[in-house]
Amino acid sequence: MKDMVEGYTTPDGRQIGGVLMELKNITLRFGGVVAIKDISFDIREGEIRAIIGPNGAGKSSMLNVISGFYVPTEGEVWFHGQKRPAMRPYQVARLGIARTFQNIALFDGMSVLDNIMTGRLTLMKSGLLSQAMWWGSAAAEENEHREKVEKIIDFLEIQNIRKTPVGRLPYGLKKRVELARALAAEPKILLLDEPMAGMNVEEKEDMCRFILDVNDEFGTTTVLIEHDMGVVMDLSDRVVVMDYGRKIGDGPPDEVRNNQDVIDAYLGVAHD
Amino acid sequence: MFYREAGDFKTSYRADSQTFPIRLDRMGYFAALIVAYAVVPFFIDDYWANAVFVPFLIYAIAAIGLNILVGYAGQVSLGTGGFMAVGAYAVYKLMTTFPEVPFFFHVILAGGVTAFVGVLFGLPSLRIKGFYLAVATLAAQFFLVWLFNKVPWFYNYSASGQITAPDRTMFGIYITGAQTSAVAKYLFCLVILTLVALMARNLTRGTVGRKWMAIRDMDIAAEIIGVNPLSAKVTAFAVSSFFIGIAGALLFSVYLGAAEVGESFGINKSFLVLFMVIIGGLGSIFGSFAGAAFLVLLPVFLKNVLVGALGWPTDVAAHLELMIVGALIVIFLIVEPHGLAQLWRIAKEKLRLWPFPH
Repeated sequence: MKDMVEGYTTPDGRQIGGVLMELKNITLRFGGVVAIKDISFDIREGEIRAIIGPNGAGKSSMLNVISGFYVPTEGEVWFHGQKRPAMRPYQVARLGIARTFQNIALFDGMSVLDNIMTGRLTLMKSGLLSQAMWWGSAAAEENEHREKVEKIIDFLEIQNIRKTPVGRLPYGLKKRVELARALAAEPKILLLDEPMAGMNVEEKEDMCRFILDVNDEFGTTTVLIEHDMGVVMDLSDRVVVMDYGRKIGDGPPDEVRNNQDVIDAYLGVAHD
Repeated sequence: MFYREAGDFKTSYRADSQTFPIRLDRMGYFAALIVAYAVVPFFIDDYWANAVFVPFLIYAIAAIGLNILVGYAGQVSLGTGGFMAVGAYAVYKLMTTFPEVPFFFHVILAGGVTAFVGVLFGLPSLRIKGFYLAVATLAAQFFLVWLFNKVPWFYNYSASGQITAPDRTMFGIYITGAQTSAVAKYLFCLVILTLVALMARNLTRGTVGRKWMAIRDMDIAAEIIGVNPLSAKVTAFAVSSFFIGIAGALLFSVYLGAAEVGESFGINKSFLVLFMVIIGGLGSIFGSFAGAAFLVLLPVFLKNVLVGALGWPTDVAAHLELMIVGALIVIFLIVEPHGLAQLWRIAKEKLRLWPFPH
């Protein structure tokens, strides 16, 4: 079913491309604590890749390594077939990697529209002086990007809260606005850190639909961390399972579900 | 009922992102401009210019500058007085060294010099935040005042240690010096304030402003979405200091005429402008105007009431004035921490619904 160069076809008939990002032997240490231990996996173009595991398994650390927030102690990150040098997070963002956070990181003092517009900062070029004068390029650029942002607002069905300050929104909507901000960057890889944490069933269903629609509509490669097993099994094309900083499983959901190590990690077998 | 946006439809994004999206606001804005440019100049005399209008215009420029740094970018600064001094001494050196260059350019260049100094003192903001940054900028305040006192080159080796603005004209009209008319002072400061306010508004509604606010609201998230924190903070310090430098240059050359650095640009000035920004409203251009107007007008008003109407001795009135201003600031912070701008927003919200309660 899988081919390392050509990609593969999912059971529901979507064509998955070649390797977009490859993580090679990533180890992340904080002093004596080993958060991630020698993990390798790849992310393919157009797929929905899930990272699962019990609490403290190192999933979020893994996402932080991908988004450049942590620099791995050992190992390499390959992106577009090139080794990615050590970078600051804002430089990684400019490569086209956008993310959301487990505990929402929106800008509370700004409106929903402005928050989503910040997602496009990496794509906006006009200089300080032309913005100060609001002549020609700055104003034109603003409107051009506003149009793109409005499309995302339509897509995520948040038209009615466009001008509302984010601080006033309920939790579920904040999560959606954060997704909108990440999407506004037109990312090559979209990282979602527990997009459904703390949501009720309907909100979860909405969010699932959005994630699938995004993947379908824009072909966005998505990496997500999630605790809800049902969600993960339904959404993802391939799953990485982590436990205590190590990778204990990697493959399509059905394969992972029947993996003995994974069952042990989730059901709780004494670790040696 | 009277103030509302019903029927005021936007058909383009450009129309939606304009400075005053609501028609009534726009009318109010143009009315204010007409009054400021076409009515006030015919009635202004020396007393009104020196006591109210010119200081208001100049402090409004300074407050806009500081508001960009504190209110929009979230970087606390107590160095405003020092940066105003940089503007003042820069314009003095430029005026005396290049007398043939038009004075307007001196003022702009003085802003540029201040922007450069502001960036230098803003660099630590990459590492330190909040109170610690405030202390760092406080160091800038004291260092700059000390520097302008100690190095005679800055005051052209004058015996008194003071700087005195030479006479300068624009289009044959005196702008600085003893012969300057009230109208000339007023209009010159008004033109510059208008330019500064427009620029500040344009910057804060666009990409740069969003970067600043992102850094203010959550700096880690800002960096993750691609904001370079160094460049965002440095531009905030540069733009802010540019405006503050212009305000300092005008305060010295147009308003005071002569200045001694410790007295005119001491720590008191830093606090005065900071109070204006806080009382007016952090993160609001309108708030900067309101705060400047409040703190310029209040002492004049109190003096007129206490000395003029009640006939109290001047020294008692002066002490009382300080107490009242202080008390008002405290009351303000408790009642409405978001300042006059927030009160204005609430008032507009109420007006939209009036006479209905909901």
